Amino acid sequence: MARMKSYGSQLFLPLSVLAILILVNLIKGSSYFSISIINGALYGNIPNILFGASELVILAIGMTLVTSSAGSQDLSVGVAATITSAVFVWVLLSAGKITWITILAAFLASCVVGILIGTFNGALVAALNVQPIVATLIVYTAGRSIAFLIDGKLSPILANNLTYEIGSEIPGVPIQTPIILTAVFVVLFAVLLRTTNLKLYSQSVGINQRAARLNGINPVRIKFLAFMIMGVCTAVAGFIAVTKAGRHDSVNLLKDIEMDAILAVAIGGSSLYGGKFSITGSIIGAYTIEVLNRTLLRLDVDPDAIKAFKAVFIIILMVIASPAVRELAGNGTKWVRDRLGGAVQIPTAIGEDAAVDPKSDISAKKEV
Amino acid sequence: MESTNTIKRRERVSDSNLLFAIAAVIFVLMYGFGILSFPRDFLQSQTFFDLFNLNAPLIIVTLGLSIVMVGGGIDISVGQVTALVTMCCAVFLQSRSGSVGGAMLLALGIGIAFGLLQGLLIAYLKIQPFIITLAGMFLASGLLTIIHKDPINVTMPSFVRLMDFQIVIPSLGTLNRLGRFIPLEIKPGTVVVLVLVVVLVILMNWSRFGRNLYAVGGNNQSALMLGINVQRTKFYSYVLSGLLSGIAGFVFIMTTGAGNVGNAYGFEIKAIAGSIIGGTMLIGGVGNLIGSPFGALTLLTINELIRADGVNSDFQAIASGMLLCVFIVLQNAVLRLRGTSSFKLALPGWLVPARRDR
Repeated sequence: MARMKSYGSQLFLPLSVLAILILVNLIKGSSYFSISIINGALYGNIPNILFGASELVILAIGMTLVTSSAGSQDLSVGVAATITSAVFVWVLLSAGKITWITILAAFLASCVVGILIGTFNGALVAALNVQPIVATLIVYTAGRSIAFLIDGKLSPILANNLTYEIGSEIPGVPIQTPIILTAVFVVLFAVLLRTTNLKLYSQSVGINQRAARLNGINPVRIKFLAFMIMGVCTAVAGFIAVTKAGRHDSVNLLKDIEMDAILAVAIGGSSLYGGKFSITGSIIGAYTIEVLNRTLLRLDVDPDAIKAFKAVFIIILMVIASPAVRELAGNGTKWVRDRLGGAVQIPTAIGEDAAVDPKSDISAKKEV
Repeated sequence: MESTNTIKRRERVSDSNLLFAIAAVIFVLMYGFGILSFPRDFLQSQTFFDLFNLNAPLIIVTLGLSIVMVGGGIDISVGQVTALVTMCCAVFLQSRSGSVGGAMLLALGIGIAFGLLQGLLIAYLKIQPFIITLAGMFLASGLLTIIHKDPINVTMPSFVRLMDFQIVIPSLGTLNRLGRFIPLEIKPGTVVVLVLVVVLVILMNWSRFGRNLYAVGGNNQSALMLGINVQRTKFYSYVLSGLLSGIAGFVFIMTTGAGNVGNAYGFEIKAIAGSIIGGTMLIGGVGNLIGSPFGALTLLTINELIRADGVNSDFQAIASGMLLCVFIVLQNAVLRLRGTSSFKLALPGWLVPARRDR
C-alpha cells in the first residue's frame, strides 16, 4: 500500500513546502498574488517567479533525466550553458545582421555545441564508466575559460530589439517570452516522455543496470541519450539566460546554478542515486527554490546571508524526507492506527505524516 | 600450479597503490619536464617548497576529502568551512580578547562542529551526502558574510610573529639573479602538512578505523556483515574531514594573514580533482592518502608550468581540465584492463610493495 502511495507522497513534500512559503508571503503582505498590467504585459509576484526560474526549470528537467539513468549528477550544466550561449552570441554577432533567421541559426549552432558537450560527458560516463560527478568536473574546470576564449573576454552586448523581445516581452503578448519558451519546452519534454519509452528505460537502467541489460535495454545508449538531452537543455537555458541579461558575461552567467538544479531534483523527491524520477516534482522543486529566494529577500534578509537561511531550510527539508525519519513516522502512524482500532481513517501516505507533524509521531513512538 | 597462483596473487598491486604509483610517476615526470624547460625556476629548491608553503591549506583539505571519498561519501563543504574559519579567526584575533591559542581552538571547534553536524545527518539519518554537504557549504558561506564582509588584516603582534616565523635551511639555498644568496625558507604550514600526512597515512593503513573505512567504502553490505559499525565509521570520516578543514583554515590565515570573503574559493572542486588525480576513487574503497598531496601538487605544478611559460591565464583552467581528463581515462582504462586479467602490470619485482592491501 505504501508502495502505491509513494508516488503521491513524492509530490506531497515539494507541494507542501511551496504552500508554506506562499503562506509566509501572504502573512507578510496580502497583495502577494496581485497582478498588474503595465504596457500590456503582466507584472506581479507570480510572473516574476515564473520569469526568474525559467533557466532553472529547464536545467532541472535535464538533471532529473541524467540523475535517473546515470545515478549521479552533472556538475557542468551552468558552465556548459555559458559555453553554448557564448557560441550563440558569437554566431549572432559574426552574422552581422540580426534577424529571426540568424537567431534561429545561432540557436541551432549553440544546440549542436551543447550536444557535443553532452556527448563528451556521455562518452566518459557511458563508455568508460566514469562517475558522472567526476566526468563532468572536467568541463566544470575548463568551461568558463573556454567561454572566455570564444567571446574574446569582451562580454559582448546584445543590443537590439529582437533579442530583447526574446529576453523580456513581445509587444502585444501579455506574458513574458522566457515563460512561454519554458512552457513550450516543458510541453515538448512531456510529449517526448509520453510517446517514447525513455522514462521506463532510464528508470530501469538507474535501478539495476545489469537487469536492464539482460532485458535488452542498452544502458550505454540510454546514458548517452540522457547526456545529449542534457546538452540540449543547457543550450536552451543558455539561450534564455543570455537574452535575458542582454550581454554575455562569462564569469557570472548562470553561476552556481548546477547546485540549485541538483537541489531541485532532490526537493522534487527523486533519489539522487538514480532510478525512479518525477519530472513534475523537479519542476515544482525549481519553482520552490525561486520562491524561497524571493521570500527571503522579501523578509528583508541580507542578500549575502540568504545562503545560510537556504542551508537551514535544505537541512530541515532533508531531515523530514530522510529514510530514518520516514520509517519512524510510519511506525508512529501504525501505532496510532492500531490503538484506534481502524475506527478512524488516517491518511497513510508516509511522507505526508512526516511532513505534517514529525514530532508527535516521534513521541508516539517513544511511548511504545 | 596452485602455489604459483598464490604467489602471484600476493605480488599483485592493490588498486590503491597502483593508482598512487601512476600519480607519483606523472608528478615526477611533470616536474622533470619543468626542470628541463625552465631550469632557472624549477631547479630552485625554493620553488618546490613554495608549492607546499603557499598551498598547504589546499593539500590539507584534499587529505580530508580523500578520507571521506575512501568511505564512499563526498564532502563539498570543505572550501567554505575553511573560508569561514579564516574569517572567524581574523575577527577573533583582532578583537580585544584575541589570542593565538584561542584562535587555534576556535578553528578546530568550527571544523569539528561542521563535521559533527554533517556526519550525524549523513551517517545516522542516511541523507545523501552531496545534498547535506552542499547545505553545509551554503551555511558556511552565509555565516561568513554575516560575520564580516570586508577583508580584515590581522595586526596582532604575537600572531604576526607566528606568521613571519620560518624555518631557514641555508644548505639548500640558491643564488638569486643579482647573485645574492637566499637560504631556503620553510613555513610552518609545510610542517603541518608533513605531520598530517604521516599521521593520517598511519591512521588509514594500520588503525582499526582506517581498515574499517576501506571496507565500508568498498562494500557497505559486506562491511556490515563483517560486524563493522558502518554508521559510526562514516560518521568519524566526516568529523575528521571537518577537523582537517578547520586546521586548513588556520594554516590559511597563517599563510596570508587576512580574513576575506573570497578566501579558499573553489577549494572543494580543486580538492576533488586533486584526490582523483591522486588515485582516490569516488565510488569508495580505493585510495592511498600519500597520493592526495601528489594529486594536489600535480594540479599546482601544471599551473606553475603555464605561469612560467607566460601564456594566456585562461589556459591554466583548460590545462587543469585536460589533465583531469587524461587521468580519469587512464585510471579507468588501467582498472578495466586489470579486471579482465589479460593485463599484467610490468613492474619490476623490487618496485612491487610486498604488503597486500585489500
